[in-house]
Amino acid sequence: MFDLEAVIAAFAPELLLASAGLLGVLVGAVFKDRFNTISFRLGALVLIAAAGLSIVYWQGGRAFDGLIHTHAFASFAKTVSYTCGALALLMAEGFLKRHETQRYEFTLLVIFASLGMGVILSASDMMTLYLGVEMLSLSSYVLASFHRDSPRSAEAGLKYFVLGALASGILLYGISLVYGFSGSTSYEAIAAADPGLGLMFGMVLMITGLAFKVSAAPMHVWTPDVYEGAPSPVVAFFATAPKMASMVVFATIMYTAFPQVVAFENWQMIIGIIAAASMLVGAFGALIQTNIKRLLGYSSIANMGYALVAVAAGAAIGGAAVLVFMTAYVIASIGLFGGVLSMRREGGMVENIDELSGLIRRQPGLAFALTILLISVAGFPLAFGFIGKLSVLEAGWNAGLVPLVIILIFSSVIAMYYYLRLIWIMWVNEPVEDFEPVEGWVSSTVYLSALASIGLFVFAAPLMQLAQSAAGSVLP
Amino acid sequence: MGFSILSAMTFLPMAGAILILLVQALTKGQTGEDAQDNRIMYAGLVFSVATFLVSLVVFFGFDHSALGYQFVEEVPWYAGIQYKLGIDGMSILLILLTTFLTPIALIASIGSIKHRITEYVAAFLILETFMIGVFCSLDLVVFYVFFEAGLIPMFIIIGVWGGADKFYASFKFFLYTLFGSLFMLAAVVYMYLAAGTSDIMVLETVQFDPGVQTWLWLAFFASFAVKLPMWPVHTWLPDAHVQAPTAGSVILAAVLLKMGGYGMLRFSLPMFPDASLLFQPFVFTISVIAIVYASLVAWRQTDMKKLIAYSSVAHMGFVTLGIFSFTEIGVQGAVYQMISHGLISAALFLIVGVVYDRMHTREISAYGGLVKKMPIYASLFMLFAMANVGLPGTSGFVGELLTMVGTFQASTWAAAGAALGVILSAVYMLTLYRRVVFGPITNPALEGIKEINTKELITLVPLAAGTIILGIMPNLIFDITRGSTLHALARLAGG
Repeated sequence: MFDLEAVIAAFAPELLLASAGLLGVLVGAVFKDRFNTISFRLGALVLIAAAGLSIVYWQGGRAFDGLIHTHAFASFAKTVSYTCGALALLMAEGFLKRHETQRYEFTLLVIFASLGMGVILSASDMMTLYLGVEMLSLSSYVLASFHRDSPRSAEAGLKYFVLGALASGILLYGISLVYGFSGSTSYEAIAAADPGLGLMFGMVLMITGLAFKVSAAPMHVWTPDVYEGAPSPVVAFFATAPKMASMVVFATIMYTAFPQVVAFENWQMIIGIIAAASMLVGAFGALIQTNIKRLLGYSSIANMGYALVAVAAGAAIGGAAVLVFMTAYVIASIGLFGGVLSMRREGGMVENIDELSGLIRRQPGLAFALTILLISVAGFPLAFGFIGKLSVLEAGWNAGLVPLVIILIFSSVIAMYYYLRLIWIMWVNEPVEDFEPVEGWVSSTVYLSALASIGLFVFAAPLMQLAQSAAGSVLP
Repeated sequence: MGFSILSAMTFLPMAGAILILLVQALTKGQTGEDAQDNRIMYAGLVFSVATFLVSLVVFFGFDHSALGYQFVEEVPWYAGIQYKLGIDGMSILLILLTTFLTPIALIASIGSIKHRITEYVAAFLILETFMIGVFCSLDLVVFYVFFEAGLIPMFIIIGVWGGADKFYASFKFFLYTLFGSLFMLAAVVYMYLAAGTSDIMVLETVQFDPGVQTWLWLAFFASFAVKLPMWPVHTWLPDAHVQAPTAGSVILAAVLLKMGGYGMLRFSLPMFPDASLLFQPFVFTISVIAIVYASLVAWRQTDMKKLIAYSSVAHMGFVTLGIFSFTEIGVQGAVYQMISHGLISAALFLIVGVVYDRMHTREISAYGGLVKKMPIYASLFMLFAMANVGLPGTSGFVGELLTMVGTFQASTWAAAGAALGVILSAVYMLTLYRRVVFGPITNPALEGIKEINTKELITLVPLAAGTIILGIMPNLIFDITRGSTLHALARLAGG
């Protein structure tokens, strides 16, 4: 029984990405280097179209005998992830051109990675999940080492690959245990199974694997190294689209495959501990960083910790908060990495935070936008990040996770220090020379995300309602 | 509802700041080359004076005899949170204080701020918006947003135009306040979840369980105690004051500190009455410690600004004593003391700024014998020093007297401790005055010092007038604040 309509409703954006990706391989094989330049914009167009399709088929549905189940929760994350992917691709164009690595394979890898995200978001079966995870990961490993002549980039790719393969192995082992003790790989069947010790064991291993994917402590060690070593536009991609998707998948699996009371109590505590560890590691780790990419890497660890507080709060309470917080975080992140990409002097990229000295007097627009984005990512009022953090706090309180709320407060204050230090460097320090001009895509991404951070703060109601209704779709 | 004057008043300065930044960006492209351009200062002044005029319109449209909030306006934000503004007697006075002092702070900066004027003016105007917003908000989350957002412009003001040790001072200021405030945010979220709304007017009628109240009260207190500041979390204040430029100190002492007292009256008392009663001895203890300790520390200071900063800590001790006396007279005195201290501390920082601009030092020992060179300055200094001590006839007297009367009714020993503070305030202020103004001129550099100029007189005379008028006719304030005082005390049984 093949119901085309159901397949399209549940899987349209991914079908588009898959066909575009495969077509891209063919076209690339025929046209070779002539395809390099145009592929970036075409790829971005495809990703935007995929985001549009996620909106059109918002409610999704089931397909492929229950291997795929798209719901509004997933569609929300897809829309955000694909849009970020498109922006990252556009920002990469000029950067790669300057480094003479502007190749159409980059576009294809981003599209396949995005396809992997779509698959894991829509998965309702462990097999689909694992396929998607691997598709996303393998594309990411190659992307991290895309500057294959640079030792740092190669190192980042190798590190990412070795650790990522280990995490995938752990995840797969967890899946096999879960399958063994529940007799099924479908989320629904697992949810209905008897939560015995074996199932719990498998669940813990799965959490370990997933924690690696969202770079939560103690599985975070790869993050700063990969952020520092991988080419900046790749990091702009890593820090946004897969983060959004992985976190939402993390929540979806916990909410739909392990909703039983016994399981819930177990994973709530485990995820709570991971969240606490991430918040603290992220806050303290970033204090001494002077490389902006490493600093943002630690900042992302801390922010994943905040998001995990919302995950730990459970579907009914925390679902909407996961979406809102992650959306606020990726909007600010893509802009901040646009800022990182703007840090260019004498043909090379500079990454030391002191290079931002006195930016407000040299490039006031850029400095203003970055200040807003830092305020947003710090969860401070006047930007959308505040509403994200408020939702997380609300979820934490509502679920009675008082220790996590207190740790969140402490780590927010500590983290505020390094965001403030960046603001200080831009506003107070004496200016150094200008950055070289960058392409319009980079600066428009910075301005757009700053504008979106402010705009969504002031007009928060529609997005909040959307997140609320989307979260309703993963309720057991 | 139509035209909403409170929003207009709140966002007028910010609109001005954005306009100034835009014009500057379009005409020059880059800031920094406008070193001596005072036109931007005047443009900022126009906006802040306009805001002052709007606030006067609100003030005269305000019905003093009516109870409850007036000019209420409400726009839903999201979920149970709304952008809701409204004022009562206490808030309109604090708003007036804010809009009155911002132009004065800007005038005082003309000539003494020599670089990055555009950003300076913009920072002050944006700060003004947030300060007015704090006093207008009738929604807890909106209040929190304004309360916190004000940290950023102040951080920049201390950071860019501050003294040598500005990094330490501005980070300490920011992180201390943020740390206290995040506990308040956690409590706000809790209250929002419990009541389903963050509307202050609704929350005032919610009865929280006494055990819960204790925690909520402590969380709010963490924020307000840092902001006020109370001993032992006051240490950011002297650092921030010493490093901040004169106008920054003026706004910091006159308005930002008042947010703490305002918060206690607006939230702690009406929303957590049981906890407030429970913690009365605790607040009295640390207030008295603050008054005596800060006064003694002030006495030993060698830096003029630091001395005045510690004296602010001591005077804020009177405010908390008055608020937690739970008597009408005590709370009235506390509100009065906040307004009065706003005028006096602003004036004292300006007074220090006058000689600092000439000599570039705040060391008390570098001065002496100023009366011979600057007689007008010496008389104004005398007036404000006496007002700070609490001389009858000045506004300082009324505030201290009433808070002590109120405290006396609640606790004799606390009032006795506060009285000791009054004596000590005379000790340190008179010591300061004698060492700076009287005696022989020991520092040869002082021989050429110039008398106070017109610009400085323009900033100081209104403050002097305010201090004296309020000292002679305190009913001007009491009639307006009576409603909010009774409202704050309404739920304290036996208050």
